[in-house]
Amino acid sequence: MNLTLKIYRQDGPNAKGRMETYQVADISEHMSFLEMLDVLNEQLVAKGEEPVAFDHDCREGICGMCSLYINGEAHGPDRGVTTCQLHMRKFKDGDTIYIEPWRSKAFPVVKDLVVDRSSFDRIMAAGGFVSVNTSGNTQDANAIPIPKTDADKAFDAATCIGCGACVATCKNASAMLFVSAKVSQLALLPQGKVERTHRVLNMVERMDKEGFGNCTNTGACEVECPKGISLENIARMNREYLKASLTADKD
Amino acid sequence: MALTGLFLITFITLHLAINLLTMVSKDAFNEASHFMATNPLIQVMQYVLAAGFLIHIVMGINLTLKNKSARPEKYAYNRPSANSGFSSRSMIITGMLVLVFLVLHLRDYFVELKFGDMNGFDNDYDLVVTLFGMWYYTLIYVLAFIALGIHLNHGFQSAFQSMGANHSRYTPLIKKLGAVYCVIIAAGFSAIAIFHFVNA
Ligand code: HEM
Ligand code: SF4
Ligand code: FES
Repeated sequence: MNLTLKIYRQDGPNAKGRMETYQVADISEHMSFLEMLDVLNEQLVAKGEEPVAFDHDCREGICGMCSLYINGEAHGPDRGVTTCQLHMRKFKDGDTIYIEPWRSKAFPVVKDLVVDRSSFDRIMAAGGFVSVNTSGNTQDANAIPIPKTDADKAFDAATCIGCGACVATCKNASAMLFVSAKVSQLALLPQGKVERTHRVLNMVERMDKEGFGNCTNTGACEVECPKGISLENIARMNREYLKASLTADKD
Repeated sequence: MALTGLFLITFITLHLAINLLTMVSKDAFNEASHFMATNPLIQVMQYVLAAGFLIHIVMGINLTLKNKSARPEKYAYNRPSANSGFSSRSMIITGMLVLVFLVLHLRDYFVELKFGDMNGFDNDYDLVVTLFGMWYYTLIYVLAFIALGIHLNHGFQSAFQSMGANHSRYTPLIKKLGAVYCVIIAAGFSAIAIFHFVNA
């Protein structure tokens, strides 16, 4: 198929951006979206032009690097997939496709379609972990009984790959789905419960400092999340936060 | 937002119940209106209600401004309708419409009843009902309550989620309840206005 691409280009972090139009021909419907962009970049390189910069790594939906806003939706029109898992058969011959980077104050553009998501890393560093003593006598996790339903919910929350589609989609650029998935994954398990009070307070404080917006429960994140992370996690984090703000010791 | 929102929901439900009396009996409404105007507890609640509105509005505007600033660069092409409902995306607009109506409403009823000369009427019922005789008044009234209905279509269930109340057994029920509730509010108030317009 032949396509018209409208791609956001920005030369560097402080440069002014612009939309550029490109044509690609003979795209196979079996290609992934990123393979289609590879074809475009080969064309650009052959012409001596600067290729379009975009993030990617695993190309199988597990690393969370790929991050494109395609035709007005994070990771494109398909559901439950990342950009690298999006097939070109979701488009038609002659289509015009808009490709933009994630837009959020907390995700500044580095170049073209690449954004800096280290704000997520800083939120994780603020509390998204359990402190374990690795002195060699760590208890076998399987020795601790955990209700199956809790284990399942924790696992579902843990499938979040930190891609940031939730932020990109949200009309408020809120990071609540991501942060709540991380808070939930740990708060549901005995090992994580130990530090739950300060974890939620610190992670939310960091989230707000990074400049993400506030959740107004539109539910857009849940629809666009490639891993189907549920809004239940946001409610759980709201509960955790409420409880922690009322009971945390003065420090 | 959630606490003030639920408080306003309680208020508006009570308000609807009293207004519905105007369709039943003139005396019943006058009596209820008199009770609301003289009962000491209600007098105190009046100030709490004013504070509730004020906090809700100030927080709502502040929230909207902060959220807008979290995305300084807009998308060239965005399809929000693909993943979220209209009501949830227009809360500030429906809220503002309700606010405009609120000012008008306070001027015509609250101020007249409490401080004014009641437009020359000798009872609350006549004052209230007469205004609906004017077609444009009824129209504004109905439009305002459609806006409030849309506001509540999102707001009702959103308030529960904000407070952390999400449960696989109860959340579907809360959502259904919210959908029914917002129609009752919008249709109830509108019906009263149209009833008196037709009978005028
Ligand atoms: C009787 C009148 C009103 C009722 C019953 C009401 C009810 C509610 C409820 C239940 C919520 C959801 C709270 C949450 O999710 O935590 C809400 C949110 C909101 N309200 Fe109101 N409200 C009323 C009037 C107003 C007015 C006059 C404004 C004027 C600015 C306003 C602006 C907002 C905003 C901006 C939000 C939150 C935004 C969002 O969730 O997207 N509301 N309201
Ligand atoms: S919650 Fe979903 S959309 Fe958000 S970062 Fe995790 S996987 Fe991506
Ligand atoms: S490249 Fe790893 S998830 Fe898409």
